[in-house]
Amino acid sequence: MTPRDLLDSSWRAIRSHVMRSLLTILGIIVGIASVVLTVGLGLGTQREVSAQIASLGSDLLIVTPGSSTDSSGMRGGFGSGTTLTVADANALASQVAVPDAIGVAPEMTSSLSIEYGDSNWTTDVTGTSTSWLEVRSRDLLYGSFITEDDEASQANVIVLGSDTAQELFGSTAVVGQDVTIDSQTFTIVGVLTSAGSSGDTSLDDLAIVPISTMSEELNSSSQSVQTIYIKAASSDLLSAASQESEALLLNLHGISSADSADFTIAVQSSLIDAATSVYQKLTVLLTGIAALALLVGGIGVMNIMLVSVTERTREIGLRKALGANPASIRNQFLTEAMILGLSGGALGVGIGVGLALALPAALGTTIVISGEALVLSVVVAVGIGAVFGVYPAARAARLAPIDALRAQ
Amino acid sequence: MTTITTADLASRELAAPGRVVIELDAARKTYRTGDIEFEALRGIDCTIREGEYVAIVGPSGSGKSTLMNILGCLDVLTSGRYVLAGDDVERLDEDALAAVRNRRIGFVFQQFNLLPSLSAAANVELPLVYAKVAPAERKRRALAALAQVGLESKSGNRPGELSGGQQQRVAIARALVTEPTILLADEPTGNLDSTSTEEILGIFDDLHAVGRTIVLITHEADVASRAQTVHNVTDGRFVEHGAEARQ
Repeated sequence: MTPRDLLDSSWRAIRSHVMRSLLTILGIIVGIASVVLTVGLGLGTQREVSAQIASLGSDLLIVTPGSSTDSSGMRGGFGSGTTLTVADANALASQVAVPDAIGVAPEMTSSLSIEYGDSNWTTDVTGTSTSWLEVRSRDLLYGSFITEDDEASQANVIVLGSDTAQELFGSTAVVGQDVTIDSQTFTIVGVLTSAGSSGDTSLDDLAIVPISTMSEELNSSSQSVQTIYIKAASSDLLSAASQESEALLLNLHGISSADSADFTIAVQSSLIDAATSVYQKLTVLLTGIAALALLVGGIGVMNIMLVSVTERTREIGLRKALGANPASIRNQFLTEAMILGLSGGALGVGIGVGLALALPAALGTTIVISGEALVLSVVVAVGIGAVFGVYPAARAARLAPIDALRAQ
Repeated sequence: MTTITTADLASRELAAPGRVVIELDAARKTYRTGDIEFEALRGIDCTIREGEYVAIVGPSGSGKSTLMNILGCLDVLTSGRYVLAGDDVERLDEDALAAVRNRRIGFVFQQFNLLPSLSAAANVELPLVYAKVAPAERKRRALAALAQVGLESKSGNRPGELSGGQQQRVAIARALVTEPTILLADEPTGNLDSTSTEEILGIFDDLHAVGRTIVLITHEADVASRAQTVHNVTDGRFVEHGAEARQ
């Protein structure tokens, strides 16, 4: 039999029982669709996390107060301490102590209400240095950023995120306007270019003031900074910059052992690793479920192929009488099982892709459809058909022609 | 249907007796179900020559179906020898037996045994599929075989759209398409009315006339009477060997 003959006769056999064939491959459809979704969700999350992190820059160190890890590896006090100060940030900015850093931006953030005329809007107001724009890889849409003079003079100048400007003014061309925070008047000097959102938080709803203004006039109760961002000269120099920063801060804080540090220096890549490992575990779990569905689907194929062999015993006998050797009969049933697998795989991929297109809108997640995963899914489905078709096909091939012909 | 001229007939009669195509030597077949043994064939000797038209007649349970299965290489002997066209069948493995059934034997069954989902032409092509004949050649030969039984106009019809007689003619075309050494017909008219029976037996007469070797198994004496030689089987034995039914 030529491959064409095999496909012809198998397809004919499947078509003669459309409903039964569909039910048979339901398990495979469900399995493959969930594989497509699982892989897509995993890739989507990974891409989202990477994009989030790339938006911060791959050459960025993040210093937060508190110790991140105790001896058992548990996170504790991350970001909650008050051990970082503006003085630490200024020291880190020294080219002598940390030669591999090219920018340092402390962030002292407080949620405050900004008023303009009758409207007011509560957002995170961050006091930072002039390096912030470069360190956080942001751009200005209008106007200019805060200057060193502003910082020195505790000037009441403010830079708004594009969403914040939109909320207050209904426009982003607002440079030169005045807003009020805590009864103090601030002049808008610049508006940031939109950076989209990172997960659920908008990167465009914020306000920037000089850190001196923040610490002296708006947030005088606390002098601690929540985060210090350090931009390394290049991503190759990231670990050098990290070591220099750590040594300097330990020295400033009078701590002798790195194990008892009251701050944490994180690298973007370590955040990626942490995020990815969670999703990897999730992916393993979901893949396990998909594999179970595929196993059940495969057993379904085997079951129905055995039924088919029994039903068609007479046909098998006739084919043998006409000169079919055992291999031809085996190949015929094997092809049929593989076509069932292929159909299940193709339908599963179709449904998976359909859901991958429909779900993100409903759930707000990113699902990435990977061509490789789709092709691999179909190959796996055909493989399942083949593996679970072997036994029924072998049974058909072994039937004695005379017994098969006599069957009714 | 094949037209046979008197010249053809004359040439057949002039031909020397054909070479031996089937030789059974003390053929025995015993079936065993648990402890019970049943001897279906109890020592049959039989020689069939090329071009012979042989009927094997016997009541049900006489062993004639077993004999048909043995002759058709669907089953093997318990003891004795079966030589088909020079090959000792007992020595062939399963693949070789399949090849023998494909090339040497054309089966015609009582139930027609056509595949209902295939057109008449596709049914006729089936043995050629297993003989690995190229598709275009298959099609050509299938149509030629259908023309031989007068059904070229029905080549696209499914078996369900044909009468019983027509279905059996398709089955005969299928049996002929590989140009087999023998045509083996098991009660070919058992499911047919008298008109169709006459039609089928007419085709066999024509095939005999052009030199086909035919072995016909039947329980009906008037069907058997069309053959050149009749063997009666009872209790797994030939009772009157090689009685001449015609001439």
